[in-house]
Amino acid sequence: MEKRITDHPVLGPLEDVKKVTIFVDGELLEAREGEMIAAALFANGRQYLRKTVKRHEPRGIYCAIGRCTDCVMMVNGVPNVRTCITEVQEGMDIRTQDGLGDWSDGETV
Amino acid sequence: MIQREVVVVGAGPAGLCASIEARRKGAEVLLIDENSRPGGQLFKQIHKFFGSKDHKAGIRGINIGTQLLKDAQQLNIETWLGCEVCGIFDENELWVVCNRDRSVRVKAERIILATGAMENSVNFPGWTLPGVMGAGAAQTMINLHRVKPGDNILMVGSGNVGVIVSYQLLQAGCNVVGIVEAAPQLGGYGVHTAKVRRAGVPFYTSHTVKKAEGVDHVRSATVVKLDPAWNQIEGSEFTVSVDTICIAAGLTPLAELAFASGCEPVYSPVLGGMVPLHDDHMHTSVSSIYIAGDISGVEEASTAMEEGRLAGLSASHSLGYVDKDKFQKEFSQAVGRLNVLRSGLFGQKRLKAKEEIFTKKKG
Ligand SMILES: Cc1cc2nc3c(=O)[nH]c(=O)nc-3n(C[C@H](O)[C@H](O)[C@H](O)COP(=O)(O)OP(=O)(O)OC[C@H]3O[C@@H](n4cnc5c(N)ncnc54)[C@H](O)[C@@H]3O)c2cc1C
Ligand code: FES
Repeated sequence: MEKRITDHPVLGPLEDVKKVTIFVDGELLEAREGEMIAAALFANGRQYLRKTVKRHEPRGIYCAIGRCTDCVMMVNGVPNVRTCITEVQEGMDIRTQDGLGDWSDGETV
Repeated sequence: MIQREVVVVGAGPAGLCASIEARRKGAEVLLIDENSRPGGQLFKQIHKFFGSKDHKAGIRGINIGTQLLKDAQQLNIETWLGCEVCGIFDENELWVVCNRDRSVRVKAERIILATGAMENSVNFPGWTLPGVMGAGAAQTMINLHRVKPGDNILMVGSGNVGVIVSYQLLQAGCNVVGIVEAAPQLGGYGVHTAKVRRAGVPFYTSHTVKKAEGVDHVRSATVVKLDPAWNQIEGSEFTVSVDTICIAAGLTPLAELAFASGCEPVYSPVLGGMVPLHDDHMHTSVSSIYIAGDISGVEEASTAMEEGRLAGLSASHSLGYVDKDKFQKEFSQAVGRLNVLRSGLFGQKRLKAKEEIFTKKKG
């Protein structure tokens, strides 16, 4: 079923914007320029964003406004990026985060 | 080090109005928000507001937001987006992280914190599954991002946010299978509740969610009846097939920045929990720090705007930008408008809670 709200009784038709390509766990997906990563994933039917540290349980969004950190993923090699308030960019590499994520790309902590 | 007279943290309705007011009075203002777009929660509020004409009643939140952004632009208010205030040192030095790669220190003569609130959760087995989210999160998804969180949705909580978001979910083309309310009576404004009822959404008062089930995503919710002491009545369970459960269980003021910088806290259950102690000028116990909007007690966008104006007025007055008479006049006007918003069944409780805080501040 279509996830995007293409027409809306108050907000009107969804504006046409440029499309960008993102890679989610290696899969190529289409997103709308300027939208948040989590929104692009939801539109593509993906709501499972990360696994918890200890029990590897699935998590999605909870607050969608950057408060709860439930939605964090690995973005361009950086762990713990809040996908609900981070915009997509052309060619972005987004990965389901397992626990604290993979820190091997950056400085050691 | 960068120096500014007034730094406003948070560009929601409260922060925008505070910036506009302080700038109009002549103060040099820097407005900071961590989002890439200003507006806070305002642009997802597509319903018409209540209040009087002064409060822009009958206008949708989204249009009020557009006007505020225009005003801010015309006044050339310096605005840093994508910048998070991570701490306040020595009562007036802000540590700001911009676009995740640049750390900046800003010294401010006055700080107005307008950081808003975050949604509460209700815990039941399965509440952490993807598909269980705050009602405001679903509102953000449909109205701001134009994406449906799911097709069949159960709403938990019948307060204003619960009923407003339920109606907006219907407008977005989702199916709301029901609204569950633990209390024996409904909690939202009659107008909003009636609209949802007319649309055929069933209300289940004295009910709660017992559990949510699903493997990697919610597939069903089990609802159970509560006795007058709020105990679950065994045998009364029924299961609904849903892919989304929205939780509208109130908001908690986002006051960490204030508390970490030394603002004295005060507990107010009516206003959402711990808030920074403040007076009717929106002044906290730290001389350089003012607050406005949900951080000072959860209310609505219209009260947030009025409080923002008050904080902007008070801060610029304390800097010498407004003479005493003009200040007194505008102050009483703003308080008058706030009192109108804080009337009625729900408003009066908030007014009383606010007054208790003001009295405590006077000490
Ligand atoms: C998701 C959600 C939906 C809501 N929907 C409704 C509704 O439909 N109807 C209604 O009457 N009320 C609603 N409310 C209540 C709402 O909070 C008020 O209506 C109003 O928006 C409060 O305004 P504010 O300016 O205090 O906070 P907000 O509008 O929340 O603005 C605060 C801003 O500060 C930013 N911020 C916070 N901390 C920092 C920091 N450290 N650094 C930089 N920026 C920061 C935030 O990202 C945000 O942009 C909702 C609240 C939430 C959280
Ligand atoms: S969903 Fe809460 S921070 Fe993103």
